[in-house]
This record gives sequence, structure tokens and C-alpha cells, in this order.
Amino acid sequence: MKSFLSKLGFSGRGLVIAVPTVWLVAFFLIPFLVVLKISVSEPRIAIPPYAPLWETVNGAIKFNINFENYAYMWEDSLYVNAYLSSVKIAAISTILTLIVGYPMAYYIARSPEPRRSILLLLIVLPFWTSFLLRVYAWIGILKTKGVINHFLLSVGIIDEPIIMMQTDFAVYVGIVYTYLPFMILPLYANLVKLDNSLLEASTDLGAGRVSTFFRITFPLSWPGVLAGSMLVFIPVIGEFVIPTLLGGPDTLMIGKVLWNEYFSNRDWPVASAVAMVMLIVMVIPIMILQNAQNREAKT
Amino acid sequence: MRNRISLAVVAMLMGTTAIAQDNVLHIYNWSDYIAEDTIEKFTEATGIEVTYDVYDSNEVLEAKILAGRSGYDIVVPTSDFLQRQIAAGAYMELDKSLLPNLVNMDADLMAAAAHYDADNAHAVIYMWGTTGIGYNTAMIAERLGEDYEVDSWALVFDPEIVAKLADCGVSMLDAPSEMIPAAMNYAGLDPSSTDKADFEAGAAVLQAVRPYIRYFHSSQYINDLANGDTCVAVGWSGDVFQALYRAEEAENGVEIGYVIPNEGALQWFDMLAIPADAPHPENAHAFINFVMDAQITADITNYVWYANANAASMPLVDPDITSDPGIFPTEAASAGLWGATVYDARTDRTVTRMWTRIKTGQ
Repeated sequence: MKSFLSKLGFSGRGLVIAVPTVWLVAFFLIPFLVVLKISVSEPRIAIPPYAPLWETVNGAIKFNINFENYAYMWEDSLYVNAYLSSVKIAAISTILTLIVGYPMAYYIARSPEPRRSILLLLIVLPFWTSFLLRVYAWIGILKTKGVINHFLLSVGIIDEPIIMMQTDFAVYVGIVYTYLPFMILPLYANLVKLDNSLLEASTDLGAGRVSTFFRITFPLSWPGVLAGSMLVFIPVIGEFVIPTLLGGPDTLMIGKVLWNEYFSNRDWPVASAVAMVMLIVMVIPIMILQNAQNREAKT
Repeated sequence: MRNRISLAVVAMLMGTTAIAQDNVLHIYNWSDYIAEDTIEKFTEATGIEVTYDVYDSNEVLEAKILAGRSGYDIVVPTSDFLQRQIAAGAYMELDKSLLPNLVNMDADLMAAAAHYDADNAHAVIYMWGTTGIGYNTAMIAERLGEDYEVDSWALVFDPEIVAKLADCGVSMLDAPSEMIPAAMNYAGLDPSSTDKADFEAGAAVLQAVRPYIRYFHSSQYINDLANGDTCVAVGWSGDVFQALYRAEEAENGVEIGYVIPNEGALQWFDMLAIPADAPHPENAHAFINFVMDAQITADITNYVWYANANAASMPLVDPDITSDPGIFPTEAASAGLWGATVYDARTDRTVTRMWTRIKTGQ
């Protein structure tokens, strides 16, 4: 059997690799090529709403390939600004989730069983409710006549309701809330492996708690910090739901711009061009991560 | 034996799915745009099961329709969008022999709709309305004085006035082909112009007030007005009245008004149409005919507070609604209404680009 297959040019290894290869070709490469194709076509009001790449006009083949859609993105400052703004929002959100998430992960990792398992369960528990519902819940909390304003007004801390909805503040609250588990879980996985004897050694050598944390614990947890940060940073750049529901017109994010191009402007070619550029821009941080992890592995 | 049973089960399952497939109807309609019991009554009368999805912008509908194979049997585009989509081959011609209730329709309004669809070949009017201003009476009086009369687009287009309202929340529709012409009209230009300079002038009006706009959205404002979370919304007549009604029902003390400004407003028709590739065109015809029933249309108008074009239903519509000038405009107000302009692909791109810039403040 084995020799029969190998005569046909199949090796065991080839068969094993074939599955993910087919998967990647079917669900990544082909869609990618379709988007690439649309991004160089011309928009028109028809079904589908873009011109085919080539048409036969009077027996001659006429090509309709143009890069105007890409050029357009440079002409209109909206796109560059939306990319930069998305990166900024993603970076600030990552730092905020790290600040909130690190102590939580540390506490869970240091907790004895069974408390540790319960705490971990509590981190994962919100996933049992739809993400959309949880974001909607924040609208009820943050809006002008919502829970927070109601409480602050009735206690007498403020006289006028604070406007929180449709602001960047609401977007940060939503993002930090939603992505916190993605920061905590890799951090926890890292911190729980921390060798206690290293901490004891540090104390024995006269280091205080703060010094031990910054010189031993934190540097050792660096891979966890990096992994958690990437898990937050990369999806937040393309985030669409949170800025749409909680943000206002001033919240500029590339996910929203993309939706707008596709649905409001019905301009598939420009939408595809934005998506292509977004993909390329996103690949860069992923490669940096890959690089960092490779270096980590070598040392 | 076991084999036979499982075969029977399979046959039964196949039978039920076949029936289910034949007797269904997929409707894609605007949000908050039908009476609570319309679908139920339709299923009762015809045995057709309905899947009902909603949208809140013509642009979203067009994106789905032009993608092709939307799977919907009934959609409700506004007349100007309908005309363009007909040109793109998106809709089938109606078989009027299946629509005996057409006799109920108001001839004048159908003639007005025929401006966008010759001989009403592809669509029937579902509801119609105007794009005006909804406002919270108490909050406006508090900020602009008891004597301030809301009767002008200045409430949303004059930066000095809007600035005073920014703290209580001003929203606009996310609908470029409605907002920009309204701004052009306020600037003293023809709202149906397709001249680029006129668009620029309209955009300038919007840019000037944009810093004071809370958000651009086409359905959120119903709840926000009703709850007092915002105080002014450029909105569709019936939606504002629904906000008014919801506030009354909640007894939360919020009082809402709707005005067709003196400068005039857009009058639009939402049309029942059948996509060219609809999987169940016969059921779709049955639904359109069902909706044109005088009682059914009256029920919808009584629930959604939008004017209908069904002459036979008028005696059945709540007199509070037929006598409200915000829903059925007075003759004087009607003279100031304008119809939507159909944009070609290039103009459309100019307008949507301008709108993106206005919305994002770029």
C-alpha cells in the first residue's frame, strides 16, 4: 500500500500537509485573489457592482485593469488617517488591557487551588453570552440617561449628566472590557510556570518585593506579555463592532471605513483596495512578533 | 425492519423540507416598519411561512441587491434607489393579474411613483413620508427660549443654533442623498441639482455644524429621542412619530414634535419590489396583494405612523393620524416638498465621498 502510494508520488508527509494546504488555498488564497481582482476593477451600478477584468468588445478582448482605487487611497487623507488612528487606538487599548490584565493574571497564577480554577472560570464565563449583547449592555450603562449618570446624579456628585456614549472613552471601555481575557489568559499561562525558587533566591539576595517583581517576574513573563499584547493589538486594529456601537462620528477606525466603503458607498473596488492594504499593514506586526519569538526560542 | 423505518424517517424529513421550501417567503424591510400582526395574519391567510429581516439604509439594501442572489423575495427600496436598481436589472416585472387589490391604490400617488418606475411596472407603494426634524420640545425650549418656534432647517443647519443644542444631542440620518440635498436647499439652492458646486455648498453647510452632531445613524434616534437621550434628530416622519408614541407609552415625560420645515423637505416613496432572482416570486406577489388590502394597510399605518397610498384604507386609519400635518402634509406644505433625484454612478460616487468626509470630519 505504502509503496503503491509512493509510486503515485504521494508520501505520508505529503498527505498530512495536504489537509492544511487545501484549507489555506480554499479559505485564504482563493478569497484573497478574489479581493485582489475586485480591487483592480472599476465600479458600476450593476450585478455584481464592478466591471469584469476583461470583456470582448467586437471580437477583441478589452482589459479593464486599473490601479486608480489604490491611487485614490493616497489622494484622500481619510484612509491614511484611519489607519493611523486605528493603530493609535489599538496601541492605547493594548497598554490599558496590559495594565488591568497583568495584576489579575498575576493574582490568579499565585492563587492556590481550587480558587485558581474558579477565578479562571470567571475570566472565561463572559464568553458564554454573545459579544454583541455585552457591548449593548455597555450602551445601557454609559448612555446619557444610563446607569452611571443616574447613580452620579442621584448621589449628587454631578449636576449635569456626563456624555460618555459616542465618544472615544466609550470605545476604550468597550475594547478593554472585551479583549481583557485575551490578555489575561496568555499572561496567566506564562506566570503560572514561574519558578518559585527564583523568587526565593531573589529575596535571599536582599531584593525587596518591588525589586523582585521588576527584575525577576516581569522580565521572565515577557513572552506572555508579548503574546497577550499581539492577541489584543492585531484584532483591535480591524475592530468594527465596538467603534460602531459605542463610538461617535469622531472615532475613526479602518474597520468602520471599510464597512462604509462596502455598504454605504457600495464601492466594492475601493473597499477591496482598503482591505488589501489593511492586510499588508497587519502582516508587519505579526512578522515582528514571529521574529521576537524566534529570537526568544534561540536564547 | 430498521432499515425501512429509517427510510420512512428520511422520506418524511425530505417531505417536510420540500413543503417548507415551497411555502416560505423571505422579506427584507426597513426596521420598525410593519404592524405587529401583519406577518401573523399573512401566514394565517395563506399558510406561507415568513422570514423577516430588517435594514435601516437604502445603501445597505443596494449593497445586498447588487451583490446578487440575496435570497429575498420582497424588498422595500425607496423610489430613487429603485429606479437605479431597475436599470441594473435587479427587479422582475410585477404580474398584475396576481394583484387584484391594485384597485385600492391612490391613482395620484401611484402616478407620482411612476416617475421612477414607468407604469409602476416593478413596484407598488408601501408607505411614504417626509424627511424632516424630530425634536424634544422641553429641551429645545430650555436652550433656545420658550418663544422659539421650530419651523426651519436652521434648527440643524445654523451653527449658532446647533451649538446651543450640542449638549443635549443632535443626530442626523446616515443618508447622503437625503442630507446633502436638504443642506443645499437650506443654502438657497435647488435640492435636485447634480452640479458639483452645489454639492460643495451643501457639504459646507453640513461641515459647519458637524462638530455639534452627536452621531449619524438612521434608526438609533427613535429610541434616543423617546428616552430623552438626544433632543434633535433629522429623521423620517413615521419614525419620529414612533418615538413620540413610545415616549407616551413609557410615560417618561418626554414630549416630541415633528416638523416639515418651511423651506420644504424631501418626500419619498418606499416601494414593494421583487428581486429578479427571488426564489419564491409567487409568494411575493401574494404578499404584495395582501398588504394592499385596505384593512391591512390601515393597520400598518396605525402602527408605524407612516402615510400610505391606499385610498381604500383611509376611512380605516386613525383620524389622529390622517389629520396630523406631519404625516399627511397640508396642501401648502405639500407644495414645498421635493422628490428625490436619481444619481448616476459618477454623481453617486461624488456624493458618497463627500458624505464620508462630512461624517468623519476629514
